[in-house]
Amino acid sequence: MTTSTFVVPERTRSRLAFRESLGRWDVRFSPYLFVSPFFILFALVGLFPLLYTGWVAVHQWDLLGGQGKWVGFDNFTFVLQQRQFWVAVRNTLSIFLVSAVPQLIFAIVIAAVLDSNLRNKTFWRMSVLVPFVVMPVAVALIFGSMFGERYGLVNRTLAHVGIAPILWHTDPFASHVAIATMVNFRWTGYNALILLAGMQAIPRDLYESAAIDGAGRINRFFRITIPQLRPTLIFVIITATIGGLQIFDEPRLYDQNGLGGENQQWMTMTIYLYKLGWTQLNFGRAAAVAWLLFVVIVAIGLVNLAITRRIASNEGPAN
Amino acid sequence: MNRFKRTGSILGGAIAATLLIAGCATGTTSNTDNTPITLTLATFNKFGYSDSMLAQYHTLHPNVTVVQNIAATSQAAQDNMFAKLAAGSGLGDVEAVEVDWMPKLKQYPNLFVDLNTADTKTRWLDWKSAAATVNGKLIGAGTDIGPEAICYRSEPLVKAGLAGDPAGVAKLLTGDWNNYYTVGQQFAAKKTGTAWFDSAGATFQGLANQYSNFFEQNDGTVVATTNPDVKAAFTSVLTASSTNSAHLQEWSTDWNAGLANGAWATMLCPSWMLGVISGNGPKVTDWKIANVFPNGGGNWGGSYLTVPTQGKHTAAAKELALWLTAPAQQIAAFTTTGNYPSQVAAYTDPALTGAMNPYFNNAPIGQIFSDRAKAVKVTPYKGVKYAAIMQAVQDGLTRVESKKQTIDASWTQVVSDIKALG
Repeated sequence: MTTSTFVVPERTRSRLAFRESLGRWDVRFSPYLFVSPFFILFALVGLFPLLYTGWVAVHQWDLLGGQGKWVGFDNFTFVLQQRQFWVAVRNTLSIFLVSAVPQLIFAIVIAAVLDSNLRNKTFWRMSVLVPFVVMPVAVALIFGSMFGERYGLVNRTLAHVGIAPILWHTDPFASHVAIATMVNFRWTGYNALILLAGMQAIPRDLYESAAIDGAGRINRFFRITIPQLRPTLIFVIITATIGGLQIFDEPRLYDQNGLGGENQQWMTMTIYLYKLGWTQLNFGRAAAVAWLLFVVIVAIGLVNLAITRRIASNEGPAN
Repeated sequence: MNRFKRTGSILGGAIAATLLIAGCATGTTSNTDNTPITLTLATFNKFGYSDSMLAQYHTLHPNVTVVQNIAATSQAAQDNMFAKLAAGSGLGDVEAVEVDWMPKLKQYPNLFVDLNTADTKTRWLDWKSAAATVNGKLIGAGTDIGPEAICYRSEPLVKAGLAGDPAGVAKLLTGDWNNYYTVGQQFAAKKTGTAWFDSAGATFQGLANQYSNFFEQNDGTVVATTNPDVKAAFTSVLTASSTNSAHLQEWSTDWNAGLANGAWATMLCPSWMLGVISGNGPKVTDWKIANVFPNGGGNWGGSYLTVPTQGKHTAAAKELALWLTAPAQQIAAFTTTGNYPSQVAAYTDPALTGAMNPYFNNAPIGQIFSDRAKAVKVTPYKGVKYAAIMQAVQDGLTRVESKKQTIDASWTQVVSDIKALG
């Protein structure tokens, strides 16, 4: 444009230029501005604590007394040498597997049932969420006394049927199953609803054409529903992994001491962390465990992601 | 321009509001006493602070309402305490602390209000207040002490052909721990369907409190793994437990249910245990108390009330804590749940010396526990790690009782767990 002949007052011109650059900035930076709340919040409540925990982990740090001297990786080496740490890793993985796998299978089945033509849909959909609104503390108290070894409801019922009592507290695996029951009670319905939402988004004509081609219900479920559900499945599995590995309330409230049992039968990593930090007041070591837990979660999360991608992209079993 | 005007008016409004609030504030500070406040009192197990006692405080201080939160175990209360001390908020205005973990808190006297006043200087037994004093600052007001007797159920004892009356049982159990175990074996041989004692863990507490330096030396050095007394106690209790114990870990749901079902015939009975027994076993009618304790006397537990500085109403909370730990209230608690006072003036009070407990078949508990308190000769030293070491040993005892490990294997694990505390 050759507009130089126009006499534009100095003030107006700078104003225009300012407006122009405002517009440019708008296009350029606004998107970042719009997504910034998440990142600011994440930096504040996610990244900062993460880094700060790392800072704590390389120091001697008393829970109440605060920062002590720099110890480098001593806290990590100490923790890694503890028998209790490895027992905690074992328990965490075991409880995670015993809870997450059946939980997701049940959740998918429940979601598939809810997705079919039911009467009073809303009623059924809301009912699966009821356990989720029960306080975890209440759940743990009820299940904790149900799983009492001598006077608990479960073992008394088993005795009536003539089955020997199961040592729900003494036996590590039995205690993991009991704790997984509480977790599943609480989370299955929640996951079912998320999966249901994913199922509803699958175009119905896929099913129709498959039905016309002669695919049965089971076939349609494995060939259409599961592959189409992939993004939702990935989300559910990743969140279940994070939640499952950080499990705390249920094992903490499983007995009166909350320290995971006399032989650490059900002491998870978070409980070990709690024990170091809050009972022994050694915050440095607790922070080291927190970082190791973070590493474990990232590792397992990645493995799960890989597996889920595989399962979901496969077109089911070969013909 | 327009915009500025708006900001201006907002600013003006804000200033006005601030002034108004400030005005209110100055108005209320002049008569603090009448501002209605709620104080939270956090205790655990049974402290004997009944609703009527707290209501009485409300009548005396109409502006103060006291709400009591009761944790299930001392361990739970301890964890909660440290979590919230670290967070800097969330604790009750008055927090109960057990003697075993008081040493941990004594490292941080700044977090607690000094409870010394002119007229409470001589209120408690010397050793009781000494255990909560840091450089002259009293951070805990003593509630009770735990002089130990033996509680027993007369029915199974009589069934096994042993004495059933308190005097007879006292005579039977006069002696050392071996005597207690031997009588237990005689009892077990009769197969009454009832165990002799509840658990190795609870019984071990009785032994542990009879040594002055069981786990730690006075300078804090941990000797638990090398002190032959500890290993001897560990082994002897577990050896006896194989025939004598109900194998129910103390405070577990099964243990509570065991009390309700009368699953064992005798148990160590620090005074505060009376409320636990009667609370859990309302339908068991044959509990009695024998004025005796193996190997002389012993004190198990006992607590304090502290006022954390993080509270909003520390002055009012201090007043409450000192009122609750005054002799009159502790005597009332004693008659409710059996918690034996730590207040010197209470010991000569007829309300205490003449106290009876109907649940324990009208046992003269005032007389019994004052005798039991006089029999206590040792004040055990409890350092910073005492509670954690005790937990490790208790875990070891439970592992053997639940038949997961042999005594030796379990002891080896106890040693490594105690070393890991360092």
